[in-house]
Amino acid sequence: MREICVVAYSQSDCKSNAGMANEVELIMPQLQAVYKQVGITSAQDVDFVCSGSCDYLQGAAFAFVAGVDALGAVPPIKESHVEMDAAWALYESVLKIRMGQADSALIYGFAKSSPGELPIVLSQQLDPYYLATQWVDTISLAAMQARLMLEQGLITEGDMAAVVADSRRKALQNPQAQLSGETSTEALLNEPHYVSPLRRSDCCPVSDGAAAMIICTVDKAKEWGVPYARITGIDHRIETHNLGMRDLTDSVSTRQAAARAGVADGPVDVAEVYAPFSHQQIILQRALDLGDDTDINPSGGVLAGNLMMASGVSRIGEVFRRIVAGEAGRGVAHATSGPCLQHNMVTVLEGA
Amino acid sequence: MSQPDLLKQPFELGFTYTRSTGPVVGRFLTGLRNREIIGNRASDGRVIVPPMEYDPVTADALDEFVPVSDEGVIVSWAWVSEPREAHPMEKPFAWAMIRLKGADVPMIHCVAAPEESAVSTGARVKARWVDEPRGYITDIACFELMGDAS
Repeated sequence: MREICVVAYSQSDCKSNAGMANEVELIMPQLQAVYKQVGITSAQDVDFVCSGSCDYLQGAAFAFVAGVDALGAVPPIKESHVEMDAAWALYESVLKIRMGQADSALIYGFAKSSPGELPIVLSQQLDPYYLATQWVDTISLAAMQARLMLEQGLITEGDMAAVVADSRRKALQNPQAQLSGETSTEALLNEPHYVSPLRRSDCCPVSDGAAAMIICTVDKAKEWGVPYARITGIDHRIETHNLGMRDLTDSVSTRQAAARAGVADGPVDVAEVYAPFSHQQIILQRALDLGDDTDINPSGGVLAGNLMMASGVSRIGEVFRRIVAGEAGRGVAHATSGPCLQHNMVTVLEGA
Repeated sequence: MSQPDLLKQPFELGFTYTRSTGPVVGRFLTGLRNREIIGNRASDGRVIVPPMEYDPVTADALDEFVPVSDEGVIVSWAWVSEPREAHPMEKPFAWAMIRLKGADVPMIHCVAAPEESAVSTGARVKARWVDEPRGYITDIACFELMGDAS
């Protein structure tokens, strides 16, 4: 099988409100940044382009097509889109390269979540007859998941606050983070509940922004003469949309994807997991079997800034960054989609 | 010179089709119209409410329907102290996973309660129906706490 690697990654700042900037204006600086990293000038210089976004966030059918304006699609390019996080655009690109239909691919994800009421917008991705009709928001669903864990003694509110404090502290080193700072578990526990048992700090913020990445065959990376991190494992699994039939205290699909991606086949120096709520980071750490030897979410994770439709591919980008910087030899990136960690993707990256 | 005839036609912006909910979801929604809650049996024997068309593990079509009670217990819940505009209640309320009597799999609906401390896991609840059910999940206006009376 052809070896595939990540060669470039860039992410915008996570902003609580990008103001007048439209989606194309959020995407373009990230595209320019990744072109520069590999020394190309436009989307014409890669074989395939795939993006991830969600029309519900823009509130218009086929809104994603406007994003193509950022590419300059004339003369024609091979282009595709997933109505998912761009981590799945990366997955499609990996398949395209594996099939021999491309040697390189540009991936980008973007969203302006701030204009709408995100937890309510996301309620419309739920079962259309049983749940969307009730406008059950995503924070409340996560709160019910957290309560199951708390009442079964699997976590404490202190464990959840410790995840938040760790995220805020690590985010001090991440200039793109939206929330960062020194805080303590005690101070966080003194905050009132928001959607009980969750506090506001247990929930990721709403952020606007975009991310871009370039992947290619190892041969192409050598031709470009750029540092790279190999993708040595990638898999994604989904669970039923019926929340009542899932074990919400575990992430079965993450375990399945991790096994298929070969997470346990070597040491995990660094891991970036997409946990929009503090208790979900604990679920994921356990599902991925990450121990004290692993630096978990050195970027601060999405509790420090959550770019809808881009945070998943950003987790892969953050691991890539640390591998090419020589800070880690092998890392794991996780992406999620759907309520209460319904759909999960696990990617293993290794140094050249 | 006479006025030219203008061609006119009424136009209504909307979907020009109706959609069938099918034999499983439709059966459940029709049941609600009669204030009845109907589940179905999964491949492993568990009773699922609301019913599912296919088993999530075996992918078998599920067609054994089972009527269940409109009373149940809270399995987990979230307290919404600041209801959103789209939410079904204006006053603070709980979203809950409710296991109905006769069912194994909990369903998600809202629970009316005077305050957070009134709600607990294991608490018994009963559906409050709207005056004129139409075949929607919202025909159950909410669930209400049954208190200690049994």
